[in-house]
Amino acid sequence: MSRPLVASFFDRVHAHPLFRRHSRKAVIALPYAWLLVFFLLPFLIILKISVSETQEVLFAPLIRVEDTSVHLSVRLGNYLAIATDSLYYKTYVASLKYAAVTTLWCLFIGYPFAYFMARARPSLQPALVMMVMLPFWTSFLLRVYAWKGLLMEDGWAARLLVALHLDDLLLRLDLISAPGKFMNTPFSLAVGMVYTYLPFMVLPLYATLSKMDLRLLEAAADLGATPWVGFWKITVPLSKAGIIAGSMLVFIPCIGEFVIPELLGGPRTLMIGRVLWDEFFSNQDWPRASSVAVVVILIIIVPLALFNRYQAEAKEARA
Amino acid sequence: MSARRPLVPTRYYKLFGRGWIGAAFVFLYLPIVALVLFSFNDSPLPVVWGGASLRWYRGLLQDEELLEGLWLSLRIAFYTGIGSIVLGTLAAFTLVKYRRFLGRTMFSGMVNAPLVMPEVIIGLSLLFMLVTMQRWLGFPERGLLTIWLGHLLVGMAYATVVIQARLQDLNPELEEAATDLGARPIQVFFLVTLPLIVPSLLSSFLLTFTLSLDDVVLSAFLSGPGATTMPLVIFSRARLGMRPDINAAATIIIGVVSMGVVAGSLLISRAERRRAAEMAAAQRA
Repeated sequence: MSRPLVASFFDRVHAHPLFRRHSRKAVIALPYAWLLVFFLLPFLIILKISVSETQEVLFAPLIRVEDTSVHLSVRLGNYLAIATDSLYYKTYVASLKYAAVTTLWCLFIGYPFAYFMARARPSLQPALVMMVMLPFWTSFLLRVYAWKGLLMEDGWAARLLVALHLDDLLLRLDLISAPGKFMNTPFSLAVGMVYTYLPFMVLPLYATLSKMDLRLLEAAADLGATPWVGFWKITVPLSKAGIIAGSMLVFIPCIGEFVIPELLGGPRTLMIGRVLWDEFFSNQDWPRASSVAVVVILIIIVPLALFNRYQAEAKEARA
Repeated sequence: MSARRPLVPTRYYKLFGRGWIGAAFVFLYLPIVALVLFSFNDSPLPVVWGGASLRWYRGLLQDEELLEGLWLSLRIAFYTGIGSIVLGTLAAFTLVKYRRFLGRTMFSGMVNAPLVMPEVIIGLSLLFMLVTMQRWLGFPERGLLTIWLGHLLVGMAYATVVIQARLQDLNPELEEAATDLGARPIQVFFLVTLPLIVPSLLSSFLLTFTLSLDDVVLSAFLSGPGATTMPLVIFSRARLGMRPDINAAATIIIGVVSMGVVAGSLLISRAERRRAAEMAAAQRA
């Protein structure tokens, strides 16, 4: 097809009244409809299943019309069970605790990491970013699995910890149950989670820190601020968006993490992702699994809104 | 930048920075090094060195379950990469170009949410929806298609972030110039915008491909009988304990993926530099 023909084809398409009125709508509608059907609708469905009576293998409809009356039957038994059974309560609290601890450790390790990366020689920075990204690209499952070998008795990391006498400290903090045994403890779970989620903290932090205007620090120094004061009064507040985005990128998925507790956790480490998994795969109790999921969604809805706001803000700032 | 006075650069500051970065990289790479090293270990024990050997690699070639899983995973990953580019471009374009439309906040919320939403939740809810759909419409059967749908949901979110960043960095004058010269919006998109965002499309393909190749949770919920992806095979073995054949498989996967990612990023950044140079030359002319 020659160039003029292509152009006249485009002209024709554009001249068509349908296109004039609807092209913009079509671009928006396709991803929008996809998300509504495959992201939002599924949540409404688990909400419905969580309050449904099971009728043989199917679920009874919530609303029935009989003669002149409309019946609405909502079964709250599952939520009642979650509220009264202390196992669920403890598991939710433990999941939140692990997620919070993981987030704090990632921030503690990741902030100086991102800071010094952003202040490294500019020619070095792309390589450093690449090196942070690379583990994140290569199989997460296999890297978590590798920690099993490192932390088991006589593994490299286990020997190092014993040599540094850190196992005494961990034992005193009740993070491990016996000296020298690190696997399947709260400690091994936390190591795996911090390890996995560290890049998610470092990359947004690096993005905000590397964009910072360093003249502000010069100005502060000229006005008599020590480097330490300049850091806390200028650098940290300016990286707030990165801190929040990074923390949410770690905190929210950690709450429902399944693979890491399954491979590195033990009988003492309760995580809600595992409970949900067992309700579904072992007990095949769909309504119960759904209600466990609905409660998780209710828990993460506030951090999720926070994440969305900062994500949007960060993007508007770029534009 | 010319500082009149050094801001903080004492020697200890530099030393501390290097030490911290170095220690963090050791932490990030130690498990990978251990995986690779012990894949060549003749002893089946993952902590005892029993001499070098390739026996676990030879074993992989006869491992039908793993190879079948690999083939399925590669297909799903490829389709996920393609689908994520298409949906991600549309979503990114919508978010960047259309500042106001009904439900924009909800749209951007739904695009971003899969980035952080725990996978067990996405997997469970998507499965229940697909089961409901199957009851009413008679399809889809659980298998490749349903796993792909799950991976695509998450892949789209990642692709949107990458492509959106690129679209926002584009010089709007280029598109305006094309419009002034009489190009229609569709032409502007295919002849100007699309070639400019190709690098971001390639990196989203790489990213979503590797994410899909690695996923356990969504695949576990959405797979059906006979559709066992490679990570599912590895996961079910890893649950039981350390197995050196997994180390061998891991070494191959990590080697191939890292080479692909490094080569891909080098190519992309070279293309970027060339384009930037051309752009500068054009503007000087």
